[in-house]
Parts: sequence; C-alpha cells; structure tokens
Amino acid sequence: MIYSFLFPLILLLAAAAFWLGYSRSLKIADNLGGIKNLHSLPRHYGMMTALAGLLPALLIYLIWVSVQTGVVDARIISELPESLKVETKGQNALLLNDIKNTVAGRGSIGHDPAIDEVAQRYKQIRDNYRMVVSAVILLLMAGLTTYSYRAISNTLRARNIVEGIIKTVLMLCSAVAILTTLGIVLSVLFESIRFFRIIPIRDFLFGLSWSPQMAIRADQVGSSGAFGAIPIFAGTFMIASIAMMVAIPVGLLSAIYLSEFANKKFRTVAKPLLEILAGIPTVVYGFFAALTVAPLIRDAGGFIGLSVASESALAAGLVMGIMIIPFVSSLSDDVIHAVPQALRDGSYGLGATKFETVRYVIFPAALPGIVGGILLAVSRAVGETMIVVMAAGLAANLTANPLEAVTTVTVQIVTLLVGDQEFDSPKTLAAFALGLILFIFTLCLNAIALYVVRKYREQYE
Amino acid sequence: MDAQHKESPFSGEFNKRLKQRYQAQQRFKLLGISAIMFALAFLAFLLITIISNGYSAFRQTYVELTVNFEKSIFEGEDLARANYQALINRALDEKFPDVEGRRAKRTLHGMISTGARYQLMDMVQDDPGLIGTTQTIWVPADDDIDMFMKGYVDMSQPESDRRIKDQQAQWIQTWIDNNMIKLRFNRTFFTSGDSRDPELAGIWAAVKGSFYTLVITLALSFPMGVAAAIYLEEFAPVNRITSLIEININNLAAVPSIIFGLLGLAIFINFWGIPRSTPLVGGLVLTLMTLPTIIIAARASLKSVPPSIREAALGVGASKIQTVFHHVLPLAMPGMLTGTIIGMAQALGETAPLLMIGMVAFIVDIPGGFTDPAAALPVQIYLWADSPERGFTEKTSAAIMVLLAFLVTMNALAVYMRKKFEITW
Repeated sequence: MIYSFLFPLILLLAAAAFWLGYSRSLKIADNLGGIKNLHSLPRHYGMMTALAGLLPALLIYLIWVSVQTGVVDARIISELPESLKVETKGQNALLLNDIKNTVAGRGSIGHDPAIDEVAQRYKQIRDNYRMVVSAVILLLMAGLTTYSYRAISNTLRARNIVEGIIKTVLMLCSAVAILTTLGIVLSVLFESIRFFRIIPIRDFLFGLSWSPQMAIRADQVGSSGAFGAIPIFAGTFMIASIAMMVAIPVGLLSAIYLSEFANKKFRTVAKPLLEILAGIPTVVYGFFAALTVAPLIRDAGGFIGLSVASESALAAGLVMGIMIIPFVSSLSDDVIHAVPQALRDGSYGLGATKFETVRYVIFPAALPGIVGGILLAVSRAVGETMIVVMAAGLAANLTANPLEAVTTVTVQIVTLLVGDQEFDSPKTLAAFALGLILFIFTLCLNAIALYVVRKYREQYE
Repeated sequence: MDAQHKESPFSGEFNKRLKQRYQAQQRFKLLGISAIMFALAFLAFLLITIISNGYSAFRQTYVELTVNFEKSIFEGEDLARANYQALINRALDEKFPDVEGRRAKRTLHGMISTGARYQLMDMVQDDPGLIGTTQTIWVPADDDIDMFMKGYVDMSQPESDRRIKDQQAQWIQTWIDNNMIKLRFNRTFFTSGDSRDPELAGIWAAVKGSFYTLVITLALSFPMGVAAAIYLEEFAPVNRITSLIEININNLAAVPSIIFGLLGLAIFINFWGIPRSTPLVGGLVLTLMTLPTIIIAARASLKSVPPSIREAALGVGASKIQTVFHHVLPLAMPGMLTGTIIGMAQALGETAPLLMIGMVAFIVDIPGGFTDPAAALPVQIYLWADSPERGFTEKTSAAIMVLLAFLVTMNALAVYMRKKFEITW
C-alpha cells in the first residue's frame, strides 16, 4: 500500500525535513540574538536537512526501480513448481509473460491453473520486496534527517555543504552525455559481438549477398541465411550520394545568394521559409516520397521509355536531398558570415566584381567550413531513416542504377527489429551489427567535420 | 554601375571584358535565385499535395437510417450481446425492398460502416427505453462510399476495376435524391483511436500517446539539460573530463536518431525491463535524443548574459551558486525555454527511435497513462501510410496536417518568446 505512494511520500518527507531544519536554525538564531549570528541563511539549513534524506532515498528508489523486474523474475524462476519447469531461456520468457499478464488481470482464457498459483506467488514476492524496500528507504530517510537535524548549529557551514551538493548534481547531469554514449556503445557492441560469433566479421563486411531470413528448423531449404552487407552499404551510399547531389549545389548556392547578393527584404522572407524544410518531420517526407514523388518519377521514366522501379533510389534520394538543403545552407551561411569583412573590402578595392569576390576570395576562405558542414550533412543522410523506410526498397540489390530499388542500413535495422524478436537469432543481432557500423561511420564523419570546422574558425579569431 | 562604365575612359577591349564579367555575375545570381526557388517550389508542392489530399478527411459521409429497435432482438439479458447488425440490415432492406439475392443484399449491407452497430449499442445502453421504438439516425457509411461521395472513384473505368459497382451507385443516387446521405464534420477522426476501417480511425489515441511521451521528455530533459549547461558554462574547470563531456555532447547531437532507438531497445527494454510500446520508454529515449539540443541552446543562452552581471553579484558578496541561480539563470531563462520548445518540436516529429521500441503496435484503446501501450502521432502517420486503402491516404494527409499544425504552433511560440523576452545588452 505504501509502495504506490512511495515517491510522493519521499518528496513530502523531504519538504517536512526542510521545514524542520529551517525552524531549528531560526530557534538557534533567536537564542543567540538574530540571524546574523548564524553561519548560513536559515533556508540553507533547511535545504541541508532535506537533501540529507532525499538524495540517498531517491538513489535507492531509482536503483530499485531499474532492477526490480530482474530480481523478482529471477526469484520466481528459481521457485517454479516442477510441472512448469522449462528448458530454455526463450520458454522462460514466454512463461514470465504469461505470469505477468495474469497478475495484471489480462490472463488468456483457458490457461493453466498452475499459472494462477505462480501468479499469486509472484504477486506475493513482489509485494514483499516492495515492503522491504519501502521500509529501508523510509527508515534511512528518518535516520539521516535526524542526524543532520541534530548537527545544526550556528557554526555549521550549511551553505557550503548545500552548494557542494548542488554542484555535484550539476556535474552528474552533464555526465549523462558520457553515460549516453557509453550506453550506445555497450548496447550495440555486445549484441554485435554475439552476432560476429555466429557470422564471421569478414563475411559480414565483405559478403556480396544479403538475405537475413533464417529458417525455423535447421533442415529447411535455404535455412542458412546470408549476411553479406556490401549490397546494403552500396545502397546506402547510392541514396546518400543522390541526396548530396541535390543538397550541395542547391544549399550552397542559396546560402551564397542569400548572404552576398539578396537584399534584406528577400532574405528575411526566404531564409525562414527555407528553414521550414528542416522543421518538417521526416515521416512526412517519407509519405510524400512514397506517394507522390516515386510515382511521378516512375511515370516520367515510363514516358521516355525507361523502366523505373516504384521504390527507386532516385525518389528516396531526391526527397532526402531536399530535406538536407536547409542543413547545408545554414551551415554554409554561418561560415560565409565568419569570413571577415576586410577580405571582401580588399577584393572590392582591387576592382573585383561581387561574383569574383565570392568566387576567388570568400569561397576559398570558407571552403574548410563548408566541407565540414557537408560532412555533417552526409552523416545525416546516411543515418536518415523514415524517408528510406517508406520510399526505398527492402531487397538488397547490388546495382549502380539509381532507377532500381535498393535498400539501406537504416531500412534493414528497422525491418529486422520491428515486429516479433527473438534475441538469440542472428537475424535480430544483425540489426545491432548494422547499428554498430552506422554509429562508427557517423561518429568518424562527425569527428572529422567538427575538427575541420574548429580548425577553420580559429584562423580569424 | 551601367552608367559608370558607359563613360569609362578605358579601351573597348576593357569594356567588353567588364561587360562579360558582369554577365557572369548575372548568371551566378540567376543560379542562386533558381536554387532558392527550387527549394521553395518543392516546399509549396509538398504542402499543396498534403493539404489537397487531406482536407477532405475532416468531413465524413453519413447515411440516414430509420431503425426499428424491435423487441425480438433484445430477448437476452445482456444488451451488449444483441444482434445490432440485424437491425441495420433490416433498416436497409426496408429502404430498398426490391433487392433480391444474397450477394446483392450483402453488398447493400456492406455500404454501412461496421462501426454503426456499436453506435446503436451505445444508444440502447444509454437509454434502454429506445427498445420497441423506431428512430431515425445518422450512421457512418463504409469508406468506399465515403470515397465515392468525395469524388475519388473514377466511374469511367470498367465496373470490375472499381470499388463502387453500378448497383451501389444507383442506391447512393436514391439516397442523394431523398437527401439521406451527406458529408458532415468528422468528429470520429479527432476522438477515436486507430482502426482497421478508415471511416472509424482517429488520431486521438496517437495525440494522447505523443502528449504523454512529451511530458516525460520535457520533465527529464529540461532540468537535466539546464543543469548540464550551467555546470559546463559556469563551473566546469578546463580539464580533460570537461572536454570529453563537450565532445560527447557535440557528437550525440549528430548521432542518427535510430541509434537512440537501439539504445532504448537494448538497455531500457531488455536490460531494465520497462514495458515496450509505452510513453515511458518513448519519453526516456527522446530525452536522451533532445538533451544535446537543449544543452547547446542553454549554453548559448548563458553565454549571452554579460559577465558584468556575474561580477556585480560576486562583488556584493553572493556565492558562485547564488550568482548563477539568482542572477544569471533568470536572465538566460527565455533563451533556454526557446531552445527547449524547439527541442520538443523535434521530439514530437521524431519517428525512427519509436519504431525500435515498439511504439508501432496497432493500438485501438486510448492510452490513459505513462505505462499504457500507445502510439505517437508520427508513428500513426507511418502506420496509415502503409495501409493500402484509399481512405487511409486521406487520413494520413489529415494526420500530417494536424502534426504540422502542432509543430507550427510550437515554433511560432518559440519565435514569439525570443522576440518578446530578448534582452539586448
């Protein structure tokens, strides 16, 4: 009963602790003749008292919340009656699912009465654990609060303590970035290693055929599956190249025009309009590519006698390119603006026209930054998912013809992971291996891009 | 410029070259304008396509039926178990008494949406007094009829290729002549969850799912992002750990969103055991994804507060923490909020990571909390876009319009806040 209110209760207790500490410090101050005799303000004493109990309580609570399923599951599995004991991990997972559904009152009709019993036991174990954890948390809070309450005196440096704690919390928040990266690396790396144990890494990186369907029984025809990722890499590369062929010229030209030639009025209208393109969700582009652009290209191709697949790489690449235009143009805009006015003035002074200034002075000066921006855009094109999931094909086709359907890394990750999953089959693990490759590739591109951009920026500062 | 070089004292050769140089500039300018026009034309094309495809989904075809709630149907105790479809079928048969044969009758009965019987059931359950009376009610038509009424069925094609047969067209004509069929505002679209039938499908479940997801995202990413920005901008010593954190944040901002989905699947779902398909896990994944955006915006905002504010506060004896929390943070808050709204708008439009954590399930029930299975608005769009029925194309476009409306509102709010609270020092 306490458990469902545990979190609010923790907060309530902390608030009470604050008030206790606050009033005790005031009382001490009164005895000594005013607040000026305290080392810190009363609210610092209050905060110290509150934080003393709150932080450990929250920590334990969070740890418990994140491990409770695992702990309770392990207990119930070890206690299963003989009649329900099963062999494999997969069957265990199914059984657990049954039990949990029964506990939640969503039991299937006509299920095993033994499950009902286990479900009862599950509930009991879970509630016991919850009781223990609630008791531990509340006792700990009470103890720590009392301790810090007793410690309050006029010489206690409460402000320094509180500020130290706040600073630590701030630091921990910024460390979440490192934890996230670590989480990404660990989650894709472990599953990938499991994958590479089944499929050798050489076959994966250099194999020419991709068909991840694994047969359920070992004796079925074509049961092996093929995990050669070259066709996928080629498809990704092709669609990204088409996208960049659209995005680089259009983005760059519009950035140069807007920053060097356009009058102010045109700029204030056109720039936000271009940025709308960046704000449209990718799923909308995907819908548009699949339903409007792809048929249009197919019909146009049919008109001049070319056979175009209805999920052609061209359609997906073209729409992806449009999506990336504002990305290229705003990054180029930044670097063009960073070129100092003195360079332009010098060029005009020598009699160059505006175009010549752009061509021979500004563009070369901005080039490293532009290259950095383009690299970032490439990494975005490679990692873009929804457009290709909706508009590109599923079959891994090793071709250089942009009118045929190809598939990409992201499409494969989505198709392999959406729907039912079995975490031991190479089919599912392959998605994580592809994710690892994608992560490493984009990481390298980003690192190079950031390096290039940073190096360039320092030249004028 | 032209006037100047007409009077130019230089040779004809020079003037010719100068003219060529200006022509090159003109060509380049033209190229620049056409690049912008290309992008804008595409934007217009996209919006026009979506709107022209989707506006009709806000209206829905309804048919007038005179239903006799016969007592014989409600013999049993349980009102929910009565055969409501039979009531509808009889009403249709009475309207078209000359329809003979099982196939023709089945076609006729199929012209009313399967949702109609639930409508009748709700009516009877609300007011059991209806039993034995005859009522005239409006029920939704089947999606094929809806498409026909909206003019999407090409009647010049051979009959076998059409979803609407000649006979059905005749019946519809009878309804039209008697004023018994009309397009009304489509409330179902805004109040119900997903459905296999386009005429019964709505976005409310997805909107609520998105809402719960964004609440989690906002509640976690805003405080954490601001705290991280404060630390990095105001307290962090220049050392290796700090620069490692900075590199990490910049990198995470450019990591493909689908990778965050993989993280959510492997760690939040498989390792921590958070239930799949729930706004809770969706919110956690989107939090990690939007954190870098918010941190970067918040840092820029903190940077723009002039150092004199900090120096003044420190000078009168405030501690470093007091300086930041009492003086710098309030001044930087508008910029932080703007950045947060933009980050939330990104999170609202994000689809790929949600596919990874199972928010693509077919969900009819409207989620009531953070741990109910739910879809999100962009995922709903993805699901509908995959459906073959013509009726779903229309619904997809309409859902996109709703999503874009949310995004426009959020971005407009951000722009408004930036304009209103912008402080120039």
